[in-house]
Amino acid sequence: MGLDEQKTAPSVVRADAPWRHDAKKDELRVIGKPIRKIDARSKVAGLTKFADDLKLPRMLHMKLLRSTAAHAVIKHIDVSKAKSMPGVKGVLTGQDMPIPFGILPVSQDEHALCLDTVRFVGDPVVAIAAMEEEQAWDACRAVEVEYQTLQTIGSSHEAAATDEPRLHDYGVRGNIHRLENLEFGDLKDGFARADHIREDTVFFEGNTHLPMEQHATLAHFDKDGKLTIWSSTQTPHYLHRALARVLHPLPAHHIRVIACPNGGGFGGKSDPFNHEIAAAKMSMLTGRPVKIALTREEVFWCHRGRHPVLMRSKMGVTKTGRITALDFESYLDGGAYGSYGTASTFYTGALQTVTYAVENYHFRGVRFFTCKAPCGPKRGHGTVQPRFAIEVQLDKVACDLGLDPAEMRKQNLAPRESLTANFLRIGSMGLGACIDKVVEGSGWKARRGKQERTKDGRIRGLGLACSSYLSGAGLPIYWNGLPHSGVQLKLDRSGLVTVFCGSTDIGQGSDSVLSWIVGEVLGVDPLGIRVVTSDTDLTPVDLGSYSSRVTVMTGNAAMQAAERARDIVARGAAEHLQVPVNRLVFADARVFDSENPDKGISFQDAVIAAEARCGTIGTVGSYTPPKTAAKFRGGGVGPSPSYSYSACVVEVEVDPDTGIYRVPKVWMAHDIGRALNAAVAMGQIEGSVYMGLGEAMMEEMAYRDRSHKGHRVFVHKIPSLLEYKSPSTMEMPEVVTYVVEDPDKNGPFGAKEVGQGPLLPIMPAVANAVFDAVGVRVDENPISFEKVFAALLAKKEGKDARFGPSLGKDGVPQVDFGDSLKVKTPWQGGDGTAWNEPKRDKKAAK
Amino acid sequence: MSDPDKVLATFVVNGEPHQCAFAPHKTLLEVLREELDLCGTKHGCELGECGACTVQVDDVPVLSCLYLALDAVGKQVRTVEGLANGPTLHPLQDAFADLGAAQCGYCTPGVLMTAEALLRDNRCPSRDEVKQCLAGNLCRCTGYLKIFEAVELAAARMRGEDKQPSKESIYGS
Ligand code: FES
Ligand code: FES
Repeated sequence: MGLDEQKTAPSVVRADAPWRHDAKKDELRVIGKPIRKIDARSKVAGLTKFADDLKLPRMLHMKLLRSTAAHAVIKHIDVSKAKSMPGVKGVLTGQDMPIPFGILPVSQDEHALCLDTVRFVGDPVVAIAAMEEEQAWDACRAVEVEYQTLQTIGSSHEAAATDEPRLHDYGVRGNIHRLENLEFGDLKDGFARADHIREDTVFFEGNTHLPMEQHATLAHFDKDGKLTIWSSTQTPHYLHRALARVLHPLPAHHIRVIACPNGGGFGGKSDPFNHEIAAAKMSMLTGRPVKIALTREEVFWCHRGRHPVLMRSKMGVTKTGRITALDFESYLDGGAYGSYGTASTFYTGALQTVTYAVENYHFRGVRFFTCKAPCGPKRGHGTVQPRFAIEVQLDKVACDLGLDPAEMRKQNLAPRESLTANFLRIGSMGLGACIDKVVEGSGWKARRGKQERTKDGRIRGLGLACSSYLSGAGLPIYWNGLPHSGVQLKLDRSGLVTVFCGSTDIGQGSDSVLSWIVGEVLGVDPLGIRVVTSDTDLTPVDLGSYSSRVTVMTGNAAMQAAERARDIVARGAAEHLQVPVNRLVFADARVFDSENPDKGISFQDAVIAAEARCGTIGTVGSYTPPKTAAKFRGGGVGPSPSYSYSACVVEVEVDPDTGIYRVPKVWMAHDIGRALNAAVAMGQIEGSVYMGLGEAMMEEMAYRDRSHKGHRVFVHKIPSLLEYKSPSTMEMPEVVTYVVEDPDKNGPFGAKEVGQGPLLPIMPAVANAVFDAVGVRVDENPISFEKVFAALLAKKEGKDARFGPSLGKDGVPQVDFGDSLKVKTPWQGGDGTAWNEPKRDKKAAK
Repeated sequence: MSDPDKVLATFVVNGEPHQCAFAPHKTLLEVLREELDLCGTKHGCELGECGACTVQVDDVPVLSCLYLALDAVGKQVRTVEGLANGPTLHPLQDAFADLGAAQCGYCTPGVLMTAEALLRDNRCPSRDEVKQCLAGNLCRCTGYLKIFEAVELAAARMRGEDKQPSKESIYGS
């Protein structure tokens, strides 16, 4: 029941030709159309089964007792009272699961329950299962834990200054988790050629995903000795691996992970979590199904959201605004565990070169361990904070030189089909078109810098910013040479097409993506296709729904499987119809002769003919991203099959007395290669704008520095949906969206990622718009009203009209970055290696 | 019932009477989900902060996480499971499906129950009225815009207009 009534002309794409990335729109019947999502009906009917909606007979409820200390050694745990409480069926402590785990092979630093040390308030210590949830709670409260407290490390600055005690016994040294120092090209020469050099220090406060669904898991260890886990996870494959590791000697093939549809993820459900592993173990202990559903407060303790990052950026430009050199430092407050932090650290440096051509580039990044909930990947993973720094800095540079910030950016665009200074391969690149769209739509040229007054005395301002983002990571999280995504197709004589794939629908529509691609290739109605996903027993491995990888990676795998199935069916139909294969067309659930469209059979009959000819029909497809060009250590983070681009203009209306502002309108252009579904792509873009505005205006993962029985603790300031402010319907502005389609040869039908990229430019565009309106700079995200007010006050008093971290070397933690790895750029004749890097073992290359 | 801590009560949910026993401090949310297996009603906080648990009691939207189940006895409770008429979706549900106004779909039941009450009182709500009415329903996926458009589309269709979504809202400008 599509909205698009118009029927397209018969397809001219014949059964023997592979679909091209730049296929013409009128050749496509499914792709690009606003067809309903395959799960739309069950979602609007409230029938989608999320993890907490599942129930099994004799199911127990599990609760976790969490640490009240920020950093302590566990001296003693007394569970005797808890064990005898009513309804209690099982109690677990860290000793029951002593094997550590973690999402990245290089940071296996978590335990399902803390073994001997707690590292933040909220770290889980004891798990209790009981007949009723309330009984499990009561029993948790009866547990006595004796802590011997240790010094608490509260910030990046403290971590840099504290060698002992260490939060972990691995990492670089002291409380430094990761340290990177990479140099591409000749910085000295680059800055020498600059006519203007700017240095800025900015800060991006952490914030969190806040999915509407709290994490939940149901585990069932059955009588055959097999374990099944249903969970709200974005990465069933990685959870499967973590379970196999911790539950050793239970073999991996006795573990089945089923990812339920996620009630939003945004990166917050992409780590394997302690509660998932503890629930599994509890089911093995009790022999009964065990469910845990986290409270909203616990979701804040799971976190893995945006890192707080302090950044220093030094940019050299010519008089006309061409960037000649960039020297960038980032300081990440990682929280208590590694999580994806190694990747996050690299991501704060990786994509600076993908949006604008940076001839000479130096990146230094450091991640610290601190006694707070661990940070990790949130929509835009690690690239959001530096994007804020760069886009605000570009605005200042343009202002310094008297240039139009839009024009200046257009001069610097990274060229399409090129290699960047850090050896990332760019394919299609539509940023120029994106900038043109929002500049024109917003009336940028005429309205910027005018400080128009609104009726209620506010001052209008416009701000512009851009971004790029990955379509999936070029390398897997653990080193292997296997496909990143696999798809299996089954066709049977009923005419049914079933797609099996390990990907997880987190609301972004990945199940539907499979159905659209297969539907287009086989010429059948996508709503009639059965899609079976994210079940490690049934579906081929897909690495998960993270880093915007699904459209391109599962899409390409689905395309391959579907084209193989089409070939088999075509041969059956050709024989039946006595028409050569290369004249057949698959469309409208028919297979017919392109030269005589009336001569044809139904898709079902074609499948029957094919099944009669060659037996049961099943095909597979898989996808491995292209080889990366970067060979230096750290070059594994940043490569992607393709990059999406976005540009936006944000309009603000600022009260010059109070700093209170509102955002009435946003213009957003997103180059996504091709929209696989018009309406769904729009929804992703609008959702990004919304989440970006939340980050820009109000969202922050802030802590209180408190004393608890003489021990310094960091407790979340606002672990509730009311206090953690996020935009409601009332704050959502009008959004004018432009979908820019610059098909990329690596994407299925030319598609790239949609929906992470457009979050990034919102925050800097808001900061730039505030400056345009009232002439003050807020160099710290969120750009909250009180910061605008503080900057206005400073301006009034004749001080620097700015709010932000102190400038210069003293503003950042003191860290010795050591010598840089030096990489010659492609235009210096570099081959992607660092010429001063010691030889290393290939296995450790990531 | 032998458990002295539990009370036995009969609810009318979506027009059907249900008898069940539950502890008297249980919320309507808990009883709907855990005793009656009506899991369409969701929870995001259980503190009255997100709107995911919205159901209608005697036609008025309430937060079922703050509503004692016992207080619903003798009243008409309506949940998302009662919106569709057999296999035929409610016009709001159709419009949400057409426009992709349910992404992850977790906030959707609460949004639908709030919007349905609005459309019963106001056949032609303005954008501002829609926004006001849904201000207590948080959604993290959609940015609300497709939700507004879907409510307006459903309202028009319920007034008998043959309305389609605008080109801009589907394909962009
Ligand atoms: S569950 Fe959030 S308001 Fe009821
Ligand atoms: S659709 Fe996901 S929270 Fe609203």
